[in-house]
Amino acid sequence: MKTLLILGAGTGGTMVANKMSQMLDMQEWKIIMVDRDETHYYQPGFLFIPFGIYGPNDVVKPKRSFFPSNVDFIYSDIEMIEPEKNRVKLTKNNQVINYDQLVIATGSHIHPEETEGMLDGGGWQKNIFDFYSLDGTTKLSRFLKFWKGGRLVLNVAEMPIKCPVAPLEFLFLADWWFTERGMRDKVEIVYATPLDGAFTKPRASSVLGDILTQKGINIETNFNIGSVDAGKNKIKSYDEREIDYDLLVTIPTNMGSDVIERSGMGDELNFVPTDKHTLQTQKHENVWVIGDAGNVPASKAGSVAHFMLDVVIENILRAIEGLEPLPEFDGHANCYIESGFEKGILIDFNYDVEPLPGKFPLPGFGPFSLLQESHANHWGKMAFRWIYWNILLKGGEMPFESQMTMAGKWS
Amino acid sequence: MPETIDLTILETLDFDDDGFMTDANDWTPAIGKAIAAALELELTERHWDVINFSRAEFAEHGDAPSLRKITKVGGVPTKELYVLFPGGPAKLAAQIAGLPKPTGCI
Repeated sequence: MKTLLILGAGTGGTMVANKMSQMLDMQEWKIIMVDRDETHYYQPGFLFIPFGIYGPNDVVKPKRSFFPSNVDFIYSDIEMIEPEKNRVKLTKNNQVINYDQLVIATGSHIHPEETEGMLDGGGWQKNIFDFYSLDGTTKLSRFLKFWKGGRLVLNVAEMPIKCPVAPLEFLFLADWWFTERGMRDKVEIVYATPLDGAFTKPRASSVLGDILTQKGINIETNFNIGSVDAGKNKIKSYDEREIDYDLLVTIPTNMGSDVIERSGMGDELNFVPTDKHTLQTQKHENVWVIGDAGNVPASKAGSVAHFMLDVVIENILRAIEGLEPLPEFDGHANCYIESGFEKGILIDFNYDVEPLPGKFPLPGFGPFSLLQESHANHWGKMAFRWIYWNILLKGGEMPFESQMTMAGKWS
Repeated sequence: MPETIDLTILETLDFDDDGFMTDANDWTPAIGKAIAAALELELTERHWDVINFSRAEFAEHGDAPSLRKITKVGGVPTKELYVLFPGGPAKLAAQIAGLPKPTGCI
């Protein structure tokens, strides 16, 4: 028996298990998945919790519900990956698993402790919150219910982050929510970002920057946070700018899993160096990466993991047959940006083509307007949760190609 | 007496809209000095440590290093980097080293 081992049972790992259980000859292959957590989190939903659109129960389901029946699942921490020996050591019962092919889907996680004074300065979860964890976003939701207003500062500590549009969506939703509650005039909203504009790509940055201006949200660019002074409610940048806050919402440094660092497989942020087109790790031919565990220069978002899926599957199947992997992943990302007042913006881009305006043709659902606000885009985003739980995770067919198409785009 | 630096060397080179050289292979230390002078920076040995590290990283990985990489792998503390390259150390170091804008942000 040969073994395909999948580390991490989040969006990427679960999709790989579902697809591979259909593609591999299960008389010959065994699929094993490992994850320390029994709960699957719908992470795109965390954004909506502070504003009462979703509650915590809307974004969790048992992981087991999404696994194919012919896959073995082990709940355990991972002690060490030893790619030179083709084996992985687990914490539980000191178990050792030898593999033939390995998929790393261990994701990325927030590290507020990377910023001086953030976690240990006395303000954490008092008037400093994150919304990238269920705990953080739930506590922020409780705080906002009783907040009388003041200066809300949203800060991105460091790039790259999981879902680079989420900070903008948070700002847009905050503007909407405070307006609905009749207290927008009591809240000043400031976006402090290490980027030189609202977003990473020029055309979208300009459009999204204009929307921030229209909504009266101030932006402080090139702000690299050096420390938090929780006693004085200030954040300070390395170039000694200071911003006062009453409520600090932080997107802390995102890093790959600790086991990647322990195993000596990561870069300076514990992301695994990965070929950006084949999704094979740069050092090991039988080790593959899906989703935000790798260092490919694409968005760290579920839609990207989905577009990676077919490429990873095909290349593993090719490797099993002794063939070279194909360089087919193009960095495709597709993001609904919630912009408040039941509107949204859709962007679709890849490594080479930045988000462009136009229409996104989606058989059965679309077309959706690209790079401009529409109600349909909002409903597309809200429908996505159902699609995620019911089709995407199970490896079902989606009406998308993995590679980006220029159809409908105005270049 | 500060060293006189010939800025005309820059006129023969191609730069993108953000002021980054379009071909890192055309770079020489003299060009580095000229770009720095155009940005009103005088380069010390410590600057050159960062520039040489950035060049080496680019040669190996094809990308200019992020701030964190210069700090963690290159061994220059972030606070010092901001003193050496005021405003945006990763961008400025890449610009002076003749490299494309760092792609750390997607």
